[in-house]
Amino acid sequence: MSASAIEPVFRNEAGRVLATLIRLVGDFDLAEEGLQDAFAAAVEQWPAEGIPGNPRAWLVNVGRHKAIDRLRRRVLHRAKRGELEAEAAVAAQVSPIDERDDGFGDDMLRLIFTCCHPALGPEAQVALTLRAVCGLTTPAVARAFLVSEETMAQRLVRAKQKIREAKIPYETPEPDRLDQRVEGVLAVIYLVFTEGYAVSSGANLMREDLAREAIRLARLVDGLLPGRPAIQGLLALTLLHHARRKARTTAEGDIVLLEDQDRHLWDYTEIAEGLELVDRALGKPGHPSSYAVQAAIAALHARAPRREATDWPQIVGLYEVLLRLYPSPVVELNHAAAVSMVDGPARALDLLDALTARGTLAGYHLLPAVRADVLRRLGRREDARAAYREALALVKLEPERRLLERRLAELAEAAR
Amino acid sequence: MNYLLMIYQNEAEVDGLNESAVKTLHADYMAYTQSIVQSGNFKAGDALQRTSAATTVRVRNGKTLTTDGPFAETREQLAGYYLVEAKDLDQAITLAARIPSAKFGSIEVRPIRVFT
Repeated sequence: MSASAIEPVFRNEAGRVLATLIRLVGDFDLAEEGLQDAFAAAVEQWPAEGIPGNPRAWLVNVGRHKAIDRLRRRVLHRAKRGELEAEAAVAAQVSPIDERDDGFGDDMLRLIFTCCHPALGPEAQVALTLRAVCGLTTPAVARAFLVSEETMAQRLVRAKQKIREAKIPYETPEPDRLDQRVEGVLAVIYLVFTEGYAVSSGANLMREDLAREAIRLARLVDGLLPGRPAIQGLLALTLLHHARRKARTTAEGDIVLLEDQDRHLWDYTEIAEGLELVDRALGKPGHPSSYAVQAAIAALHARAPRREATDWPQIVGLYEVLLRLYPSPVVELNHAAAVSMVDGPARALDLLDALTARGTLAGYHLLPAVRADVLRRLGRREDARAAYREALALVKLEPERRLLERRLAELAEAAR
Repeated sequence: MNYLLMIYQNEAEVDGLNESAVKTLHADYMAYTQSIVQSGNFKAGDALQRTSAATTVRVRNGKTLTTDGPFAETREQLAGYYLVEAKDLDQAITLAARIPSAKFGSIEVRPIRVFT
């Protein structure tokens, strides 16, 4: 057996094994070290002996023993303590493996809720989740968020330090706080997904690996806490957007807008799963989650076989639901864009001008970009050109810049 | 584990409360303190005089310098504290959220450092 056969096992098990090790050895860093030691031992032994029948249990068992060795050495080394003291320290900190509970699911939830604890900053929550739950390496997490490895390593160290020093519990929250804490977990997953779906700056539109991690996380949380409409809504939202990935750019990396996409390139397996989840999420009584409503909008696009078949009136209606339940200037912008498809560009321009006047989206390139588009459709070429230039001054992503430049050039040609 | 719950609130805002609101606030604090004494979380707690009674002390080059007022001018001022014992941060946060001033001021939760 080769190292390449072992790699996927590590990738699959890393999060779960770490989750259990943290509970057993009572310390994040010690558990991570034990996990690394266990992987190293597996690389030595598995090629000769074969992958064990239950690799997860094997890794937990070896990881726990390696962590005990480290803890013992640390105590002995510090102030030249005796063997007895080392054993006492191990006994006080490390729990035995409990054969009765196959609680890997519970441990995974503990790990997720700890990484997404609101006492940690949002950036730290995202970094820690990708590192510990998804098993990404520190350099990979650093690349995902365009910061240096040192910065990311420091962010992770600080987060783990806070967990230890403030004693953030390694527990699934009490029922009375569960909903609120689930919201926090979903916010982290949503952040990972949006960064993967439309990177905030740089050369490429998408980071497919990040989007995939977000879907994997959403699926995991949906499996661990089944039947929760907010989780189903988020999973649906990520799937329905991810399903369009192949149609969203040309081979050269240029953006293809939704209305111009080749719908044959959409992933209909993901769409089918997403549509079913939207129905389930919206089928529950009570206010729908913001994710479920956003997913319902994506579902209407996914259901249209041609762009002319898009149910724009219903999309406008759903944006109005969002505005009522979860008002935000970005939702207002999307609502205005949808209104332009139903009531025409003049009505949309009124909404956009009101939004611009309030100044809450100042610096956001999509506001002048949408405005430019509406002005172009109204035949106000000069104003449209000015708005495109305004958007170009703000845009940070190369493919978006090229799209805006193309639009600007088309306007110049039409004027000639 | 011990946590210091530091109560920050806007002095001017609290000074502006009418008599019945002050009464209610006092009663709420009495009830809160009693409840955490009963639950065994309470270790210590005090209300502080206003920052107008504060003096800041620094020693530079062996000389003691005193200035009138708090160390920093901020919108909210330290008004009191509780020292509590809690099993973890979540419990400390729950205790902090029940402090009457949390509704209009803010509570900083700081773990007490233990030297080993």
